[in-house]
Amino acid sequence: MSGIGVYISLFLIFGGLVTILVYSIKGRDVDRRIIFAFVFFATATAIYYNIEFKETPTTIVKNVFDRLESLPEGSKVLISFDFDPAMKPEVFPMANAFVRHSLVKKHKLYLMSLWPQGQALMTETIEDVIKVEFPEVVYGEDYVMLGYKAGNEGVLNVIITNFRKMYPSDAHNTNIDSIPLFDDVKSAADMDIIFPIGGGKPGPKEWILFVGDPGQVPMAPGLAAVVAPLIYPYYPRQVIGLLGGVKGAAEYESVLRSKYPRFQDVPAPALSMMGPQTLAHIVILSFIVIGNITFFMKRKKANA
Amino acid sequence: MEQFGIWLAALLTIGIISFLYKDNILYKACEAIFVGVSAGYWFVTYFWDNLYRKFYLGIQGAELSDQIFLWMAVALGVMMLTRLFDKIGWLSRWPLAFIIGATAGLYMMTYFVSNAFVQIGATITPPPSMETIGDKISFVLIAIGTFCGLIYFFFSKEHKGAFGGAAKVGIWFLMVTFGASFGYTVMSRMSLMLGRFDFLFGEWLGLIK
Repeated sequence: MSGIGVYISLFLIFGGLVTILVYSIKGRDVDRRIIFAFVFFATATAIYYNIEFKETPTTIVKNVFDRLESLPEGSKVLISFDFDPAMKPEVFPMANAFVRHSLVKKHKLYLMSLWPQGQALMTETIEDVIKVEFPEVVYGEDYVMLGYKAGNEGVLNVIITNFRKMYPSDAHNTNIDSIPLFDDVKSAADMDIIFPIGGGKPGPKEWILFVGDPGQVPMAPGLAAVVAPLIYPYYPRQVIGLLGGVKGAAEYESVLRSKYPRFQDVPAPALSMMGPQTLAHIVILSFIVIGNITFFMKRKKANA
Repeated sequence: MEQFGIWLAALLTIGIISFLYKDNILYKACEAIFVGVSAGYWFVTYFWDNLYRKFYLGIQGAELSDQIFLWMAVALGVMMLTRLFDKIGWLSRWPLAFIIGATAGLYMMTYFVSNAFVQIGATITPPPSMETIGDKISFVLIAIGTFCGLIYFFFSKEHKGAFGGAAKVGIWFLMVTFGASFGYTVMSRMSLMLGRFDFLFGEWLGLIK
C-alpha cells in the first residue's frame, strides 16, 4: 500500500462516512445510492492502488493444504468445476490453486464438471495454468479432462461405482480405456482426494452425499461464500477442510506462495481481491453502525 | 474481434449496474439480452447433451436393456409435452411423478446417512483432532448450540424457567448463525462485483497493471 493517492482516497471515504453520520444524526435520510457510491469508491480505490493484506491460513484451510501436501507422489486428485462464469471471481482462484498445488506435487489430475459452463472454465485452466506453468506434464499421463456430463447427482451416483459407465470417453472423445491415467481407476472411490468446487446444485453438497460419504473418499470442497455456512457442519468428519469464498481462496494462495516460491510471480486473484473486500466490508460495517446510532438516537428522542 | 467482445461485455455490465441508480431502458435491454441468451444457451446445451449425446449416440450399439431404458426416457419426455394439449394434458403427470419419486428415492438414504446419522454422531462425539484449547471450546459450543437450538424448536412445552433459558440461548446461537451466513453472503456478492470491476478497470480500461 503506497502512494499519496491511497491516503487521499481513504481520507475522502472515511471523511465522507463521518459527514453522513453527522447528516443522519440531524435526522435526515440518506439515499441508498450514496451507500452504493461509497462501496464503489472504496473498492475502486483498493483495486486501482492494488491494496493487499497479508493472509494467514486458518486451520480449516491449512488442513486441506496439508492433506494434499502429505499425499505421496502420483496420488489421484479429482477436481470438479461445478460453477459458471457468474461464480468465477470467487471460486476460480481455488481451482487454479488446487491445480498448481497438485501438479507441483506431481499428482495425477482428473478434471470434470457437472455444470455445462464448467467445461469452458476448465479449458481456461488447462490453457492458462497447466500448459503455461507446467509444460512438462503430458495429457493422459499426468492430467485428463473428462469434461461436462449431464445428469446432475445421477452422474455422481454412477461414478461412485463405475466411472466408465458415465464417462466412456474424455472430453476429446478418446476412449478412457486407452488413457493411462485410468489404468487403475474403476470408480470415484479410487481417488485419493476430491475437490468439488462450486456453490450451486449440483455442487459440493451433492459430492459429499453421493461420493464422499458412501465411498469414504476424502473431500475438500471449494465453496462460493454464500453456501459455505451450509457445508461447515460436515467438517471435520465428512470433509477434511474447506475453502469458503474468496477469503478461503486467498488463504490457500498465501500458503501455496509461502511454501513454493515459484508461485510468487503467478497471478493470485483471490489475494488481490481481499484488499477491496476488506475496504468494502469496512464501509458496510460503518453504515450498519451509523444506522444503529441514528436508530437509537431517534428512539431516545421519541421516548423523551 | 476480441476488442469488440470486451467493449460489448463492458457496456452490458454497465447497463446492468445502472439499475442501482434507477430503472432505465438500458438496464431493461441488457436484462432482456441476458434472459434471451440464457434461454438459447440452455436449449442448445440440453439438445446436444441429452437428445444427441445421451439418446442418439447412446442408443447406437447399446444393449437391448439399455435401449429400452433410453426409449422409456424419450416416452416420458414426450409425455411431458402433452401439457400443451388440454385433452391429454393429464399424461404429463406421469413423468412428473417419476421425477419426484426417483429424486426422493435417490436422496432418502443419502440424507438419512449423511445429514442425520453422521451429523448426530459428529455432534455427540469429540472430533478427531482435540489438540488445542480452541478445538475443545468449539466442541463444547457445538454441543451446547445444537442442544439449545433443538430446545428452541420444541413447542410442546412452554418456554419457561430453565427450559425457556435454554431456548433463549438457542435463539442466540441461531442469530449468530444467521449473522455469519449474512456476512458470507455479503462477501460472496462483493466478490462478484469485484470480478466485474476487475474486468472493467483491467481488461476494458487498462488501468490495472
